[in-house]
Amino acid sequence: MESVGSIILYAVVAAVIIICSVLAVTTRKILRAATYLLFTLFAAAVVYFMLDYEFLGAVQIAVYAGGIVVLFVFAILLTTHPGDSSRPLTSKRRALGVAGALLMLVSAGYSLLTRCELFTSKAEGANPDMQLIGEAMLGTGQGGYLLPFEAISVLLLACIIGGVVVARKR
Amino acid sequence: MEITAIYYLIPALVMFCCGLYGFVTRRNMIAMLISLELMLNAVDMNFVIFNRFLFPEQMEGMMFTLFAIAIAAAETAVAIAIIINIYRSTHSVDVRELNKMKF
Repeated sequence: MESVGSIILYAVVAAVIIICSVLAVTTRKILRAATYLLFTLFAAAVVYFMLDYEFLGAVQIAVYAGGIVVLFVFAILLTTHPGDSSRPLTSKRRALGVAGALLMLVSAGYSLLTRCELFTSKAEGANPDMQLIGEAMLGTGQGGYLLPFEAISVLLLACIIGGVVVARKR
Repeated sequence: MEITAIYYLIPALVMFCCGLYGFVTRRNMIAMLISLELMLNAVDMNFVIFNRFLFPEQMEGMMFTLFAIAIAAAETAVAIAIIINIYRSTHSVDVRELNKMKF
């Protein structure tokens, strides 16, 4: 049995996720879309905190909400006038988008809801502490992630150089 | 009321479908990238939820989400560099006007 507080928190977070993600793709002002994306990412971070993954929630806030959204806002201000609205959608495009999204929603939602008995278990386990995460990230044995960790660091270096080369002025 | 995995999976599903709708209907490239971020984030949430509710003694889902966040950040940075470069040469970020390299 969950406490009343966590049920209320869950309801608020779920409502924020659903409403803000719908608004992020339907609003016609692009800067507002970036703002609604920010709220959605914050709500996802709250979900991580509710599931006891505190490091992951902190990473989500620092990287997504702190880094990516700022990058989006800079790119929007560099490429469009802030007050501009996008042109209204043609009905064909909208019908295609609504059909695709509804097809996905109905098929995945149906297969989830008919398998409800698989999801009766409660959330168990505790917050994995930093020592465990660090040892998993830099471990080479069973359950170690040293190779993908190093591969990601090379990827980030390549992205830094690539971003500078692509975006610089000739 | 018990909050089980299905209660977390449904908002993630709605988030993914919104990303799909936006990716099909948007014509501004940055708005398409925002829709892509919504889809990526929904998938990250699914990894974490399945990790916590079905395999609570392991942490593979969490590690996968950590790496996915890092790759998403790198991908966004490069994509925005490309978009700014395109804007500099064509003064537009509309995908329908970008047909110079087609065929």
